[in-house]
Amino acid sequence: MFQKTFTWLDERLGLKTIYATVLDRKVPKVNWWFTLGSASLFLFLLQGFTGIMLTVYYVPSPDHAYDSIQYIMTGVSYGWLIRGIHHWGSSLMVLIVFFHMLRTYFFGAYKYPREFTWVTGVFLLILTLGMGFTGYLLPWNQRAYWATTVATSIAGTVPFIGNFINEVLRGGMDLSAVTLARFFSVHIWWFPAIIAALIGVHLYMVIRLGISSVPKEDD
Amino acid sequence: MPKSPQMSRREFVGIVTAAVGSVMGALVGIPTIGYLIAPSLSKEAADAWIPAGPVESYPVGVPTLFNFNRTKVNGWEKTVNSYGVYILRNEDGTILALSNICTHLSCRVNWKTEENAYICPCHDAYFAIDGQIVSGPQPRPLNEYETKVEEDSLFIHYLGS
Repeated sequence: MFQKTFTWLDERLGLKTIYATVLDRKVPKVNWWFTLGSASLFLFLLQGFTGIMLTVYYVPSPDHAYDSIQYIMTGVSYGWLIRGIHHWGSSLMVLIVFFHMLRTYFFGAYKYPREFTWVTGVFLLILTLGMGFTGYLLPWNQRAYWATTVATSIAGTVPFIGNFINEVLRGGMDLSAVTLARFFSVHIWWFPAIIAALIGVHLYMVIRLGISSVPKEDD
Repeated sequence: MPKSPQMSRREFVGIVTAAVGSVMGALVGIPTIGYLIAPSLSKEAADAWIPAGPVESYPVGVPTLFNFNRTKVNGWEKTVNSYGVYILRNEDGTILALSNICTHLSCRVNWKTEENAYICPCHDAYFAIDGQIVSGPQPRPLNEYETKVEEDSLFIHYLGS
């Protein structure tokens, strides 16, 4: 029965081909450093899942943001767990993505024909840091408020257009309800959507080009 | 390659991946169910005796509306709900306290002396002076509040909703 259902689906969806292309592709003999990309992907999915869960109770408004998080932490079953995973997962993701970049750099995996994979990876790293930056404001506590004040002020030191950048980031002169709302929007819609799309491109090239092997002594 | 009696490396990795994945999925997934349904499970005991003033202030034989507010914490916000109770003093000294919430779809009923009935403005539900159904779409008589009188003051038993 199961076999028949599977065959029916496979005939229409090409499941076996997908499996063979994505997971059964030939890879050189590599080491544990080559698992960092998969780890990054896993963390992205985990952050996505826990993040969606947090939006069930979180309210991106100055008069309720802090209280809604207090409610998540103390009022809802396992709220501390969901938020804890999202909180620690974000730091871990930055770390893992960074190590993934270091591995690619030191093993020379960015060279021909994988330059474009590297370029998408650079954007993915920047976006990951952007997720950390925008997510940091959302708890709307003293640390979040002042960290974002400082960071947007740093952006304001850019010559000539600094003030403009600062005001675009804050949505006005001051850090306000407008800032919180746009950071929330960027954190849950813009960046995740762009990251997901770029991961698609990144993985397409990994599958298409294969992965590089560990460099030999004479490389 | 001849088939080895031992498990192949590939099989082993597959089983370990499935096992670790299931454990992690369960560790995150099962608490998530609790997380999502938690607000519907927490029932705070909120019953209270609401003071409704001296019994003498309510006329005999005519339902009189008494309003009171209750503050409730819903998640991260305090909500003040207003409740209306029609209090009827009977000639024999008994007191009937009826909720003004229509049992049809929760609109508020009004006492109309000329009609001798509680009338719901939404769908024309008519209730008799004792809260029983006269006519209309309502499934039940009006809800009744328990009352008590202490030192000539009336109290209404609010049950939390």
